[in-house]
Amino acid sequence: MIFLQLFYTFFKIGLFGFGGGYAMLSMIQGEVVTRYGWLTSSEFTDIVALSQMTPGPIGINSATYVGYSAIVHAGYSPVVGVLGSIIATFAVCFPSFVLMLLISKYFLKFQKHPTVESVFKGLRPAVVGLLAASALLLMNTANFGSPDESMLQVVVSILLFAGTFIASYIYKVNPILLIILCSAVGGIVYSI
Amino acid sequence: MSCGTALSFLTYPYFDMNTYLQFFLLFFKIGIFTIGGGYAMIPLIEDALIRKRNWISREEFVDLMAVAQSAPGIFAVNIAIFIGYKLKGTKGSYACALGTILPSFLIMLLIALFFQSFKEYPLVENIFKGIRPGVVALIAAPTFTVAKSSKINRFNVWIPILGALLIWAWGFSPIYVIVLAGVGGYCWGRYQNHKQAKS
Repeated sequence: MIFLQLFYTFFKIGLFGFGGGYAMLSMIQGEVVTRYGWLTSSEFTDIVALSQMTPGPIGINSATYVGYSAIVHAGYSPVVGVLGSIIATFAVCFPSFVLMLLISKYFLKFQKHPTVESVFKGLRPAVVGLLAASALLLMNTANFGSPDESMLQVVVSILLFAGTFIASYIYKVNPILLIILCSAVGGIVYSI
Repeated sequence: MSCGTALSFLTYPYFDMNTYLQFFLLFFKIGIFTIGGGYAMIPLIEDALIRKRNWISREEFVDLMAVAQSAPGIFAVNIAIFIGYKLKGTKGSYACALGTILPSFLIMLLIALFFQSFKEYPLVENIFKGIRPGVVALIAAPTFTVAKSSKINRFNVWIPILGALLIWAWGFSPIYVIVLAGVGGYCWGRYQNHKQAKS
């Protein structure tokens, strides 16, 4: 049952994942964290961080990780977990195969069709909304800490958020470098 | 029947496998160095396929990118399928896509196998406490970059705002927002055509 759910979920993510990596995140989050609870919100953020530092597209990274951990959390052995990660990764790529091979055959005729153009006039701004939703959904106590537990963590988190945002958006600093800097701050501040 | 025909029976499929293996290895190599999302792949593909090997033209590549970007799914996988198909048909697309997928699959699997036990160390948890808000900022920043490049203006700014609210505040699945936006765009296009035809 969980194997079917995994396949169906990642198939849907592959089929409706417009707008690339980050825009897909809100969909992965909606299904994997909110709907099925396969991962917690902070686990999800950790995977995004690991995806940034390791090779490969975020969609594949999260499918592989979620496929494995959903199966293992459900009580199966790690070997079955590997099967789960294969299923999820295959499922997220499957719609691409069908669609891209179809488009390859009817390539340019399709792209400039007025109907396709008007559909994308609606889709493009919606993708911006999806990106915003990803970020908003992740601004929670799992990622920023809660004032009841540790005021220090909330303050440090907000500073790290603001610093990373400015460095990334205005100064275009490399994201991997930013993650390394954040990890150094976390490792030092929370350990003393 | 000469010896040559018999040999070609042996060598032909071998030659073919070799071509696919070459595609697979090339995209595997590109996959290893695609760090930080699909767009990191673009300069690598340009270098390997256009500059070094001249397998596709620059114009073709720009078109391929436009289509791979607007199609749903993972950008890097879409590009690999497209280029593979262009070079050697459906089987070529399998070879290229598998090459792109495999490095990240294997690395992520290793992480999945060992990350949980890693996280029990307090230092690792502290490090991730620092990383998490930074990652949220890394997701927030492209919202504004993409807003600029997808020509958000005062007439259509309500679309991303409503979309984000539907997902964030009211818990709708992003899939509904995507479908709604596509259908909305289609209807709007039909309406515009209709108006033009009348006047």
